[in-house]
Amino acid sequence: MTTATHRELDDMLGRGWRKPPLVRRPWLRWTLVVGSVLYLIAAVSTIEVDWNRVYEGLDRGAQFVLAFTSPDFTSRASDIWKGLSESIVMTIASSVVGILISIPIGLGAARNIAPLPVYLVCRGIIAVSRALQEIIVAILLVAIFGFGPLAGFLTLSFATIGFLSKLLAEDIEAMDRVQAEAIRASGARWTQWINYGVQPQVMPRLVGLSIYRVDINFRESAILGLVGAGGIGATLNTAFDRYEYDTAAAILILIIGIVMVLEYLSGVVRAKVQ
Amino acid sequence: MLDLQGLTKTYKTGDQALKGIDLTVPSGQVLALIGPSGAGKSTMIRCINRLVEPTGGAVMLDGTDLTKLGSGALRKARREMGMIFQEYALVERLTVMENVLSGRLGYVGFWRSFLRRYPQSDVDEAFRLLDRVGLLHMADKRADELSGGQRQRVGICRALIQDPKLLLVDEPTASLDPKTSRQIMRLICELCAERGLAAIINIHDVALAQMFVPRVVGLRFGEIVFDGPPEGLTPDRLTEIYGEEDWEATIEAVDEDDAVEAVA
Amino acid sequence: MPVLETDAGPIWRRRTPKQALVRWFGWLVGLAVFLFCWQRISDATTWFFVWDAPRIAGDIWDRATPPRWEYIARLGRPIWDTINIATLGTLIALVLAVPVAFLAARNTTPSALIVRPVALLIIVATRSINSLIWALLLIAIIGPGVFAGVVAIAIRSIGFCAKLLYEAIEEIDRTQVEAITATGASRWQVMAYGIVPQIAPAFAGIAVFRWDINIRESTVLGLVGAGGIGLQLQGSLNTLAWPQVSLILLVILAAVVISEWVSAKVRGAII
Repeated sequence: MTTATHRELDDMLGRGWRKPPLVRRPWLRWTLVVGSVLYLIAAVSTIEVDWNRVYEGLDRGAQFVLAFTSPDFTSRASDIWKGLSESIVMTIASSVVGILISIPIGLGAARNIAPLPVYLVCRGIIAVSRALQEIIVAILLVAIFGFGPLAGFLTLSFATIGFLSKLLAEDIEAMDRVQAEAIRASGARWTQWINYGVQPQVMPRLVGLSIYRVDINFRESAILGLVGAGGIGATLNTAFDRYEYDTAAAILILIIGIVMVLEYLSGVVRAKVQ
Repeated sequence: MLDLQGLTKTYKTGDQALKGIDLTVPSGQVLALIGPSGAGKSTMIRCINRLVEPTGGAVMLDGTDLTKLGSGALRKARREMGMIFQEYALVERLTVMENVLSGRLGYVGFWRSFLRRYPQSDVDEAFRLLDRVGLLHMADKRADELSGGQRQRVGICRALIQDPKLLLVDEPTASLDPKTSRQIMRLICELCAERGLAAIINIHDVALAQMFVPRVVGLRFGEIVFDGPPEGLTPDRLTEIYGEEDWEATIEAVDEDDAVEAVA
Repeated sequence: MPVLETDAGPIWRRRTPKQALVRWFGWLVGLAVFLFCWQRISDATTWFFVWDAPRIAGDIWDRATPPRWEYIARLGRPIWDTINIATLGTLIALVLAVPVAFLAARNTTPSALIVRPVALLIIVATRSINSLIWALLLIAIIGPGVFAGVVAIAIRSIGFCAKLLYEAIEEIDRTQVEAITATGASRWQVMAYGIVPQIAPAFAGIAVFRWDINIRESTVLGLVGAGGIGLQLQGSLNTLAWPQVSLILLVILAAVVISEWVSAKVRGAII
């Protein structure tokens, strides 16, 4: 035994040591390396950059950065206020409606409590909502309902449903079965069972996720205006078009500030409910 | 060789973990540090290589005061002191060989270590050490694939490849089963004897300590209350270190808890 | 658990009368806020168009079907651009996010009082603003095109990646770092041996996760002129070429589904 291991040691002494490579098969490793390098070269070389334009732009870039030191809240105050309040209104309304609708859909999309047909329908709704991005939904809804915050409100509600229902359903599927079974064993009806056996288990996370979604909805509401669906985005777009960087900086500062407040609030609420 | 002079450590919370420790460890001596949890054993070991900054006193290693060193000199001094940890503290996602070679980090430059280009002499020494602890065939396994005893052996190799004069050993067996514990203790003591290393072994298993070391130091509430050969650890002395009354109080408390549960 | 003493004996209630009152009042305020919001939306809406919506929707559907399949031949380059925007943007973001994350994590920041708040500000500022807005801004500065898209995606992703990464750094096992420090390793060596291996899986996961999101976002960047397939979408919408719009939407949908599948596969392989 000992002689065998010593022979093994003698073999290894004096030989170099290399870390075993991440991909063990050499051909696969080299294919991956060469492939990624070729891809990067191809990708970078197909980007057309007009360096003169970029060089000229540096000036404007500097202006924009400087604008953050002297943001102009006043000269377009009424536009900013109108856009911002519309964003907030859309955020609140769509979060309320979205959360209310996503609860039944989330229940329906949890395999352990919903019958199969309901499950499939609810999962379908979630899949559609998640696959379509907000901005595309907004474009279609603007085409259908006309310009204005209604399209934005519907867009955000729809997106909220996909987001919350999926997470809620996953939460319910991961919940502790024993607690729920204990309630069922007491002879509760389905609604009572949901109320006593399921709700207490998923409620804290639902509250946390809802607050988080309010945060996302506000951020998204800031871009819906670009396609005419209401909110601060339109004001921002105008400011960029007119090169009014100080106004744009003011709007961006407001958005960042509100997002920070919302993140702080969601931290507080989540700490409280858990 | 190692000389602690009035070593104190006060945490920001105001807890005094060490109250003026004076201790001399001659070259090549293996010493066990015993005492109840919270007595400051772990803090003392960490104050020696300044993983924890001592608040007062001096740590003299071969005549230099480690507490006065700047960061560069401290790194050089740390090379002289190999450390072995309770939960092995291997870098779980690196291979056994990388973990062993990481003991040479104090000797090689950043890029050499980053590219894993260690000098051949280091690689050979790593192979020899792995062979000595019987893990040569595991060299290219990832550390998290190993069992507890195997991991601790790798931890020992990492400390020894530093070519230290002193080993600081923090509860080497606390996470191991009794049989592996003995094997690891025996291995540490054998290796110390082979290489003439001094060692401070922080251990709470008194029987295990008595079995292997020639000198035992008892620590209680940050003070040395015993220093002598293991034969000197009479029941009275043990009581002094661990506190009999406290011990009984703990048992009683547990019993009461059980009683309450039984009633409920 | 309050118990009310009444003539008919004690009655158990979940909340005290005061608690119940506060709760009802809270719900009332919430309802009022919601109704106010709804009122504002309703005021800004031309309801005539809304009642007409089903007819318009049907009309659009009629025009948009069937999609103009042969148009796909012209989408090759835009799709290539879209993928490049997402991939290069993610790579740049990751390179920039790593130092920001190390500066923001409590256990690796060089200065908790000065550097950390700056790093956190970078994270929150880049994260709060949608990539479309970054694209608008960059187009105003460096002109329209794929390059503006790449930079917009990169900036937007820095905060996202850095946030997840610094949370991962704060959760590492400290004893492994201690052990490397105890060998006499330098600050950078401690980072390379003690910290990097521990966060490598999280890093890979974050990279793939963000790449998936970036594919989604880069499909629409063209709406504001920042290159990719969104440009074709915008062009087709402007000319009311609905069969092209429906084809582009199908392609975007396919891209989203494929990227989600790829990212799920890769993440599965890592973990």
